[in-house]
Amino acid sequence: MFNLEALDLARIQFAFTVSFHIIFPAITIGLASFLAVLEGLWLKTHNDTYRDLYHFWSKIFAVNFGMGVVSGLVMAYEFGTNWSRFSDFAGSITGPLLTYEVLTAFFLEAGFLGVMLFGWNRVGRGLHFFATVMVAIGTLISTFWILASNSWMQTPQGFQIIDGRVMPMDWLAIVFNPSFPYRLAHMAIAAFVATAFFVGSSAAWHLLRGNDTRQVRKMLSMALWMALIVAPIQAVVGDAHGLNTLEHQPAKIAAIEGHWENADNGPTPLVLFGLPDMQAEKTRYALEIPYLGSLILTHSLDKQIPALKSFAKEDRPNATIIFWSFRVMAGLGMLMILAGLLGLALRRSGGLYRHRGFLRFVMWMGPSGLVAMLAGWITTEVGRQPWVVYGLLRTADAASHHSVAQMSVSLALFVVIYFSVFTVGIGYMMKLVRKGPQPHHEHAAGNTFGQVVTPRRPLSADAENLDTDARVN
Amino acid sequence: MGIQGIDLSLIWGVIIAFGVMMYVIMDGFDLGLGILFPLIPDERERDVMMNTVAPVWDGNETWLVLGGAALYGAFPLAYSVILEALYLPLILMLCGLIFRGVAFEFRFKASPQKRHIWDLAFIGGSLLATFAQGVVIGAYIAGIPVVDRQFAGGTLDWLAPFPLFCGVGLIVAYALLGSTWLLVKTEGMLESRMRLFTRPLAWLLLAVIGVICIWTPILHPDIATRWFAHAHLVLFGGLALLAALAFFGLLSTLRRRHTHWPFVFTLALVFLGYIGLAFSIWPNIVPPSISLWAAASPPTSQLFILIGALFILPIILMYTVWSYYVFRGKVRIGDGYH
Repeated sequence: MFNLEALDLARIQFAFTVSFHIIFPAITIGLASFLAVLEGLWLKTHNDTYRDLYHFWSKIFAVNFGMGVVSGLVMAYEFGTNWSRFSDFAGSITGPLLTYEVLTAFFLEAGFLGVMLFGWNRVGRGLHFFATVMVAIGTLISTFWILASNSWMQTPQGFQIIDGRVMPMDWLAIVFNPSFPYRLAHMAIAAFVATAFFVGSSAAWHLLRGNDTRQVRKMLSMALWMALIVAPIQAVVGDAHGLNTLEHQPAKIAAIEGHWENADNGPTPLVLFGLPDMQAEKTRYALEIPYLGSLILTHSLDKQIPALKSFAKEDRPNATIIFWSFRVMAGLGMLMILAGLLGLALRRSGGLYRHRGFLRFVMWMGPSGLVAMLAGWITTEVGRQPWVVYGLLRTADAASHHSVAQMSVSLALFVVIYFSVFTVGIGYMMKLVRKGPQPHHEHAAGNTFGQVVTPRRPLSADAENLDTDARVN
Repeated sequence: MGIQGIDLSLIWGVIIAFGVMMYVIMDGFDLGLGILFPLIPDERERDVMMNTVAPVWDGNETWLVLGGAALYGAFPLAYSVILEALYLPLILMLCGLIFRGVAFEFRFKASPQKRHIWDLAFIGGSLLATFAQGVVIGAYIAGIPVVDRQFAGGTLDWLAPFPLFCGVGLIVAYALLGSTWLLVKTEGMLESRMRLFTRPLAWLLLAVIGVICIWTPILHPDIATRWFAHAHLVLFGGLALLAALAFFGLLSTLRRRHTHWPFVFTLALVFLGYIGLAFSIWPNIVPPSISLWAAASPPTSQLFILIGALFILPIILMYTVWSYYVFRGKVRIGDGYH
């Protein structure tokens, strides 16, 4: 009837579709706020550089938003098609939270997105700015709901179990569950940082090709200010999130640290690198630093952290995966902080826009924010296994009863379609990036030859051809 | 039953039924364009066809997301059982919609040499999504066996003559919605060609409805009892009469070369079919055994989301009306929303 293989396929399918999906909303969240800042600065300073950048990035935002909507359609159905036991068990809580997310996104798309993307010449400046700000706030409200749902699954509270199913008792407690504030802050900042490096990398690409304009310089400068200020804040928030996880999901922390047992009463070392082996119950090739584990996680020099062996074998998350996914995230985070600091140093010496080595570094850091975000999500999601609702419902009991054949066919379909469709979409976005910011001519843009422009289709915001080569002027 | 005697499950049942109907009607005619595409080889006329729905199609599709999410929030049992039972057709539908949605946008941005690839994606995606939706409806009417709150049927239960026929039937229905929509929105050669297609499509749809009306009570004695019970005879007889009137209205306004009325009568036909379906399974949300109230989430959940829905849905509706109003009128060759 049911076996592990179909469960594995179901997990791979969810991981694949949700990982693909989250890239687009993350950039949407970051770019929406970036655009609101750009428009606000333009209205305040009347510096046309901000306006030109607004028009450049709003086109990329539009394509990205369209991709997010299309890939999100699948997510709304996947909870039921693939995880029907979970939907029945927890649906009275996770269902309403998802409904609110969709209502918010729908409201945002129906109301303000059209004005923001197509209303530049049709509404007043104040109203247009209002629409942009509302879109930015709307993306954050969507984040709020979806992370409330995920956090509740990690640290559930405010419910009772009646007839084997979850019954909501206190919605405030459900939404503001213990891990929610940390997760929300960590994810929202991750979206901002990921966007900053996307923007900074685009600017570095143009500068390296000699497209040295005031708009491109402004892009690089703003992105690196973001990196300098927000990347360290993210490290602090991440640390607080980790302490929260230590309190509520100690097994996840033990697995991240590759920490198997507390031998004596001494402090816990930090395993810097190594290869956790789930069968042998130890971390091979471990490179340890004494005291540091205790220092980071308990902020003391003598307290111990929980060890994996103190949890039953069937309750341990896969340390091999999350030991490394965590280190990928943290390592990239440090590189981002480094980029911000180097940027500050070069800014003072005046070489920010000319230092080719630095520009190459920033260019290659382009995907770093997105990769770190995915690594972080892998850490927290694999780390809460074997539970789908922590301590209440095991992942193995949550899946629909589908056959291996059925799951293989659908997974293959998704892989083929996602790669073919979204590769074209992302390719188109990259093409828009390569085109670079152009001076914006009022009254001519977007409305050429007296044509009517649609108010509701994000992807049609730019008329750039899909196939021909982009020109860099 | 809910708070202070308000039947929240009933309210949510009506909201979801309304959302799905909005979806069927609105995405119906734009899926129909993809189905009619192979009959119109001229690229400029294809541009016109797409431009007639360009401003609205993705808003149309959002009703589907809303329907899914609202079903999850208000009737988690129905959501989990129906979606598990209809796994493959739903996945195929989503794949079709993805292809079609992206083809819609990239077709306009592709070079002329590559445009035909996106045309194929648009046609294939529309046909696949429509057929899969029809299969879903057919399998849903046919009933979903549930034991102990879990789907108790087989993986390929939907692969039966009746659901497959419904898949073909929905292709006909959406094609008719599409062709009459184009009567409203286009002119010249394209309009007269659509007038040519609409008549056989209308007769074909009548045949499809006829077959479904005969097949359903044969397959499902409980639906037969309901249809032919004395108390309901008036209701279902009335629906049949109205459907007949709508059909003759469609044919006669078509003959008299009206532009708007054929579309209105087609909408009426689809709407009556939808109402008939709803009354046939009422008060079940998972036929044949789970009622609206048995599938409901607790009143606190339903009330919680109702607050948001009552605030946001009217605004969405107003915006929808406004955007159809803004883009009213005929679309001509060379016009573009791009």
